[in-house]
Amino acid sequence: MPKTGAKLLRLVLWGLLALASLAHAQGVQITDDRGVRVALPQAPQRIVSLLPSLTETVCELGQCHRLVGVDRYSNYPASVRRLPQLGGGLDPQIESVVALRPDVVLMSTSSRAAARLEALGLKVVALDTKTAADAKRVLGTLGQLLSVPDAERVWRAIEAGVGAAAQSLPPRSRPLRVYYEVSAGGYAAGPSSFIGELMGRMGVSNIVTPDLGPFPRINPEYVVRANPDLIMIGAHHASNLSARPGWPQMRAVRDNRVCIFNRDESDVLVRPGPRMAEAARLMARCIASKGAP
Amino acid sequence: MSGVRSAWLALALALTATVLAVVGIGVGSTGWASVWGAWHDPVAAQILWDIRLPRTLGAWVAGALLGLAGAVAQGLFRNPLADPYLLGSASGAALAVALTLAWWGGSPFAAAWLVRLGMTGAAFAGAVLGVALTLVLARGVQHTLRLLLAGVIVGVVLGAARDLVTIAQPDTLQAMQGFMLGSTGFVGWPAVGVMAGALLAGALAAAALGRVLDGLALGEATASSLGLPLPAARLALVAVLALCTGAAVAQTGLIAFVGLAAPHLVRSIVKTTHTRLVLLSAAMGGLLLMAADVLARWLLAPQELPVGVLTAALGGSYLLWLMHRRRAAGGVL
Repeated sequence: MPKTGAKLLRLVLWGLLALASLAHAQGVQITDDRGVRVALPQAPQRIVSLLPSLTETVCELGQCHRLVGVDRYSNYPASVRRLPQLGGGLDPQIESVVALRPDVVLMSTSSRAAARLEALGLKVVALDTKTAADAKRVLGTLGQLLSVPDAERVWRAIEAGVGAAAQSLPPRSRPLRVYYEVSAGGYAAGPSSFIGELMGRMGVSNIVTPDLGPFPRINPEYVVRANPDLIMIGAHHASNLSARPGWPQMRAVRDNRVCIFNRDESDVLVRPGPRMAEAARLMARCIASKGAP
Repeated sequence: MSGVRSAWLALALALTATVLAVVGIGVGSTGWASVWGAWHDPVAAQILWDIRLPRTLGAWVAGALLGLAGAVAQGLFRNPLADPYLLGSASGAALAVALTLAWWGGSPFAAAWLVRLGMTGAAFAGAVLGVALTLVLARGVQHTLRLLLAGVIVGVVLGAARDLVTIAQPDTLQAMQGFMLGSTGFVGWPAVGVMAGALLAGALAAAALGRVLDGLALGEATASSLGLPLPAARLALVAVLALCTGAAVAQTGLIAFVGLAAPHLVRSIVKTTHTRLVLLSAAMGGLLLMAADVLARWLLAPQELPVGVLTAALGGSYLLWLMHRRRAAGGVL
């Protein structure tokens, strides 16, 4: 019988070993927005994020403590400002990133540094965050990558927040026509942009037509001709609206139907990330206060 | 006499470059960083061997390419203001890179050999196009002023075309912006390899054609009477110019003034034959860009300056000073 006992023991041991190796092999595997399969032996503990909205998403999932470095534009939540800044998402300092020994680097698909970082043996997850749908998908992808089950719940909370902001506005007989200027030089938020989508959710109409693309550069005359009911604009380029040719006579400017967002508010509004509900509230507040008939 | 001086200059340039290369390996993203850590720390070793070393050597090779191109251009067009940027070849190369990016969505910083070679080939073709356009507009190289004007016009027009391409493809806008600033930060070993190959070919060809450049310096008629095969040699020199510019632009973006300043610096130290001038200019250009690269990393560490901004500021001020001095001495540049 001792022989059988030894056999049994060996069997059990083998089984345990197999289980252990299975657990070990149970790493994380995701497909990023470039279509690249990224496999990690375990959920990443050291993360570098080179895009503000990705930084915010990681923190919203409660994993802020895993971040070891961010890009120079990541400024929310406040705790990430203490982290090493590794240059911009477009021109990251390759050496600083490598020196932090991250398990994974999160960056935008439009950043061209991904290839260089991958050539140096780093795991790169490139994500595309341009629209609300992107934000939802990115939330899911990051939840999977970080092995946290919260993604679904977080998204529902965001959705509920956006819905509540939209509900808070009184119904109108005719939709408010809005011009949103994202940056100096006349870059507008088109309907296909994240801001444009949010405007749609808030029940206002965009003076920029969809065929112009997400962030078209339009000339001042276009705005004068469209004669919007309400103008939304960031504070750092809103200083001389009435000095623009033809603008003083525009109804929105004349009646001061202009919402000027400060820098922090603009950050919330232009980043397709987990603060979408806050963005919706900002927009709703603007519409309620300045858009009254 | 000039042989001895050239030899000393070559030695000095090589020594300074070696010292600077060592400094360049020591200067990290946070200023001076430990080289010694690399003995036992694999990440530090990787930073040293795969990031700092290729970018430092890459800066030298790119600078050498630009210096070589500048010396060839100045000899070929008998014009001390000729440089890869003033003749439209760099704008042509940049336009070609923009087109490549827009059509194939390639990355200017991609590491793969094939991508690097393809990008270099495209930049080469673009550089040839730029120079050819300039030459057609200027109706030959005889008239210095016309040549320079044509070069400037071609540069502006091709630059505008590049902007149009970039605006039509907003996805490449960000990549293009980084590229236009000129940076050595993304240079890896494949890029160094491609540039070194181009440099070797360019240096051999330019050295072999040194006699033609010497002859041209005496004037077109004299050069012909010396029995030099002018048309063929000119074509070959334009090819060298385009190859060197294209190879440098494709890997590091637009880095100004190195090609213009390097030959001037060499000439201000030693008067010598074109064969030596071309090779010394390459060594000088390499040294200049490597120094600029180290400075770019060091000055604002941990921030990094785009190296193109630094060369433009330094090279531009040097040329202004040179102009001022020459004018004070009663000559023109």
